[in-house]
Amino acid sequence: MSAIVLEAKHINKSFHDPITIPVLKDISFQLRESEFVSIIGKSGCGKSTLLYILSTMDTDFEGELLINNQSVVGETDAALALIRNQHIGFVFQFHYLLNEFSVLKNVMLPGLKLGQYSAAEVEHRAYEKLRILGIEKEALKKPNQLSGGQKQRVAIARALINDPLLIMGDEPTGNLDKKNSAIVFDIFKELAASYKQTLLIVTHDNEFAANTQRIIEMEDGKIIN
Amino acid sequence: MKYKLIADIAKSLLLARWKQTLIAAVGVTFSITMFITLLSFMSGLNNMLDGLILNRTPHIRLYKDIKPNAQQPITLAKKRDTTYNFIHSIKPKRERIELFNSATIISALKEDKRVLGVAPKIATQIFYNVGVMNITGVINGIDIEAESKLFFFKDYVVAGNFMDLKNVTNSIILGKGVADKLMLNIGDVIQVTTNKGEQLPLKVVGYFQSGLLDIDKSQSYCSIATTQKLLGEANNYITDLQIKLKDVALAPPMAKEMQEKFGVDAIDVQTANAQFETGSSIRSLISYAVGITLLIVAGFGIYNILNMMIYEKMDSIAILKATGFSGNDVHAIFISIALSIGIVGGAGGLLLGFGLSSIIDQIPFNTASLPTVKTYPIIYNPTFYIIATIFSVVTTYFAGFFPSRKASKIDPVIIIRGK
Repeated sequence: MSAIVLEAKHINKSFHDPITIPVLKDISFQLRESEFVSIIGKSGCGKSTLLYILSTMDTDFEGELLINNQSVVGETDAALALIRNQHIGFVFQFHYLLNEFSVLKNVMLPGLKLGQYSAAEVEHRAYEKLRILGIEKEALKKPNQLSGGQKQRVAIARALINDPLLIMGDEPTGNLDKKNSAIVFDIFKELAASYKQTLLIVTHDNEFAANTQRIIEMEDGKIIN
Repeated sequence: MKYKLIADIAKSLLLARWKQTLIAAVGVTFSITMFITLLSFMSGLNNMLDGLILNRTPHIRLYKDIKPNAQQPITLAKKRDTTYNFIHSIKPKRERIELFNSATIISALKEDKRVLGVAPKIATQIFYNVGVMNITGVINGIDIEAESKLFFFKDYVVAGNFMDLKNVTNSIILGKGVADKLMLNIGDVIQVTTNKGEQLPLKVVGYFQSGLLDIDKSQSYCSIATTQKLLGEANNYITDLQIKLKDVALAPPMAKEMQEKFGVDAIDVQTANAQFETGSSIRSLISYAVGITLLIVAGFGIYNILNMMIYEKMDSIAILKATGFSGNDVHAIFISIALSIGIVGGAGGLLLGFGLSSIIDQIPFNTASLPTVKTYPIIYNPTFYIIATIFSVVTTYFAGFFPSRKASKIDPVIIIRGK
């Protein structure tokens, strides 16, 4: 049995403005190492909200969340930032690359922030990640010179730079055409198969979800499957 | 390592909006330039105006005042409980106005470590005789060397050689106003009458211009020996002792001390010229206020630009936070942006301020009342530069503080979900 990477215990969340609406009701599940999991559900069922809670960016919830067997409830802003930096890689619907920096630097930034390796090593690792994703040729360009699919791959490389326990994706193919979606999906699959990377992807693309190892289906703030 | 990364990110954000950044920095440069120039010019002016009076004013003046004796004969009588003495119309008795033991006092003062120097002086009323007219005036008998060393006497002698006063017997340096009125040239002889009726011819060896018209129209200078001769007094006759101290702030207590010690009257410069202190400090206050206002306005410029930058870079901030930069890191990034604007702009301002004051220092400024001043007065005081540096850093820090705090509080979830 492989180790538990992330565990959610009885997570509840409500929006209070203007009236209290419960969005997540008693969510409990576990995520094990090298699992490739997708969360699906209709728009507004709370799947993105759940992802942001799991990512530690949203701390306004009830219940317990363990990442790498450590509770993150009540941690300080700086401690949560470190957890995200070290253990979690993000891929969003939008790439969110910084246009002021080169592609390479964008990938390097979280690595430089963690400071585990020297700048030269981080650069070397960044090149390696870009090579895995097949875009090492674009390393010195600015993000706004790349195509949408390439940008998303750079974002994936950035998520990988610190060898995270877990990669989270929020509709990572949502903005891409069919061909690029397929490329991104293949990358995820490759990461899961060859690199034993744990992946948690929120999507409403059922075709995408069908190809993952495990599907968590949500409806009205509850896990139904 | 981490500071380097933060500095690196700050630099990239700065350069991405370099035009705006430049404008913000120019705002700081301008205000620091004006701050420095204003203060240098204003204190130059202050010094000049104060110098007009205070340079030539002794820190303490010892003299003998004409006043009624405090010990009237009746007070010697036995005092009864039920009576009180009223004396009407007390007059000072005939007293000499010279300082009695002036030689002793001078040697005592020269021993005193707080005293920079002592210049003896005789002031006496006289008449200048022109034809049938007698014009009243004052002759100051001075020790030329001491007067020149302590009170910059030679700076005010606009024509002739001031040392001639000592080297030529029976010589006089006339006030410029007196000379103009009497139409006397250097080398001419003037008749002077004392209030006791004695007359003496004196040779004009120079003109004197203090910048204060009233003084120039009545006062003239002779050597002490000439004045004593004019008055028919012995060579120990001195009416005033002018004392210059090493620290002018000590003048009031020392004046009191000397008054008791030597049994003479003493007045300190602070009491005699209180209005000058007030004028100078208010002028400095105004220039500081204007300078600081300029800086605060520049601070608002920085505040605006940072605020705009944060709105524009909302996405970048969100992703930085999502990938592991804490609120403090984001705060540090924007504070570094603000501080680098402040430091670069401030450094430019220091240089330009120095340049501008040097240029003003070269502009000719000739005025009849100020013979020693040829250009606009400027003071190069390192204190102004230090204050300007501190203020540019402090204002930009505060201008950056609130936008930075706002940036550090940005919730990445809201921005990322908003797309």
